Amino acid sequence: MLDPYLPLVFMFALAGAFALFSVTAAPYIGPRRYNRAKLDAYECGIEPSPQPVVGGGRMPVAYYLTAMLFILFDIEMVFLYPFAVSADRLGLFGLVEIALFVATVGFAYAYVWRRGGLDWN
Amino acid sequence: MNGNTAELLADDPIWLVLVKVVGIFAFLVVMTLFMINWERKVVARMQQRPGPNRVGPNGWLQSLADGLKLAFKEDIRPVLADKWVYFLAPVISCVPAFLAFSVIPLGGEVSIFGERTALQLVDLPVGVLVVLACSSVGVYGIVLSGWASGSPYPLLGALRSAAQVISYEIAMGLSIVAVVMYSHSMSTADIVSAQSAGWFFWLLPPSFVIYVIAMVGETNRAPFDLPEAESELVGGFHTEYSSLKFALFFLAEYVNMVTVSALATTLFLGGPMAPWPLSAIGGGVLNTGWWPLLWFIAKTLFFLFLFIWLRGTLPRLRYDQFMRLGWKVLVPASLVWIVMVATVRAFKNSGDFETSDFLIVLGIALGVLVLLSLLLPDRRPEQDENAVPVTGGGYPVPPLDLEVPKAPPRRKAVGAQPSGTSTSQGQQPVAVSSKEASDGDV
Repeated sequence: MLDPYLPLVFMFALAGAFALFSVTAAPYIGPRRYNRAKLDAYECGIEPSPQPVVGGGRMPVAYYLTAMLFILFDIEMVFLYPFAVSADRLGLFGLVEIALFVATVGFAYAYVWRRGGLDWN
Repeated sequence: MNGNTAELLADDPIWLVLVKVVGIFAFLVVMTLFMINWERKVVARMQQRPGPNRVGPNGWLQSLADGLKLAFKEDIRPVLADKWVYFLAPVISCVPAFLAFSVIPLGGEVSIFGERTALQLVDLPVGVLVVLACSSVGVYGIVLSGWASGSPYPLLGALRSAAQVISYEIAMGLSIVAVVMYSHSMSTADIVSAQSAGWFFWLLPPSFVIYVIAMVGETNRAPFDLPEAESELVGGFHTEYSSLKFALFFLAEYVNMVTVSALATTLFLGGPMAPWPLSAIGGGVLNTGWWPLLWFIAKTLFFLFLFIWLRGTLPRLRYDQFMRLGWKVLVPASLVWIVMVATVRAFKNSGDFETSDFLIVLGIALGVLVLLSLLLPDRRPEQDENAVPVTGGGYPVPPLDLEVPKAPPRRKAVGAQPSGTSTSQGQQPVAVSSKEASDGDV
């Protein structure tokens, strides 16, 4: 009897070994011709104007909002899965419960929509 | 494809598991090489040019040659890059792509070297979740690569890409919920066997449509390939990557495409089951042995062709349009659809209601909705009081019927006039000077 998750571990090991080998071997297989310009950030020969985050720059805050919304809806989605598996056994009770749950998240969704959280410009 | 796939798989000896792992890995790599070539050829045909036709028979080895060439290119790490994260990001992006595919059922019961088994690596009770989880982990590879490159274009491309993937992942996950409701299981093998009566594509068309749109958005493909909008972001999150590291990102992208196509096949097109006229031949002989693998690959290729077709046909969306489609159309549509499906199933199973009752209630509800929509006032076009009146197509252009002002009389002639000689001539200089004053104001 095999642990059902064991093949996943094998797959992980094979893919991981392949990827790690690729990134490790790349500098040794390829040529190395030093040129200072190659090591600069990609731009047409000048310092890039928006600084990268590593160099102390900033990034648009709107993406944080998307990330928060993602967490909200991802959790909703994950809650819907167990309900979906046993929806028929739960019957009307389950239906009412899940409708209330979706409505609760729906209010938050409507609020975000109304406040312009889903608009990009 | 019978319910005991998990039991069949549990009896696999280790060597068979290893054979399957290597087989699936090779399948994905070959599919990637094939897909790159196929895509280039089909898009070339759509654009009336020959496409790659030099390397190998009919050009089919072009992508292999490109891959080998990439390996012999210089590996560059920019000075500003974060060393370890830059190094690991391609790995983080590539490994989950391969892992996600391992839950896909490729075929039914077969015997490999005398060992009875199912053509599937693992059959987990949370199978569908594994795919979603792996695609979520793959986002880390994208974000970290953009962050670690130490360069603005990759960073912006990575943020866009991540925002896009997570937005469409919600729509994708919600579209799967309805399928799970009908199959009573998240295991991919159970979902396939639940479709033996009829594919979910017929039963749940809205879920299918939402899934297909979301899968294109999820894999950053055209028309949703905003992270790679060359005119805005150069190459996207992998701008600073070269050599085999870049090849890994490329591989991950195409493996993800194969995975979402295979998942679409599993969820909506009956997985490895033979399509209808073929399934009736010989009492379902085409659903046994190695035949299902063929149907599975054919269906997956159909979805992959869809990707290419979309790329050849549609222009790229703008970012705000794209996010609007994801958050304001796909998410609410799938939520409403899920609640509808849940309601229908709950009432049907409770037994007190007939289908006709149900349709009547549905019709009344729809009628009320239509009436309510009629009561809503028409949206008036917003008018800004401070707006500048424009005559052109939305741009503030000067009016085209503007009269050219008459040239003022020459000053020299006016100045030469002796003042106060006669009343009629004496009026002239005054008029000219007032005209000059008004010109000076303008």
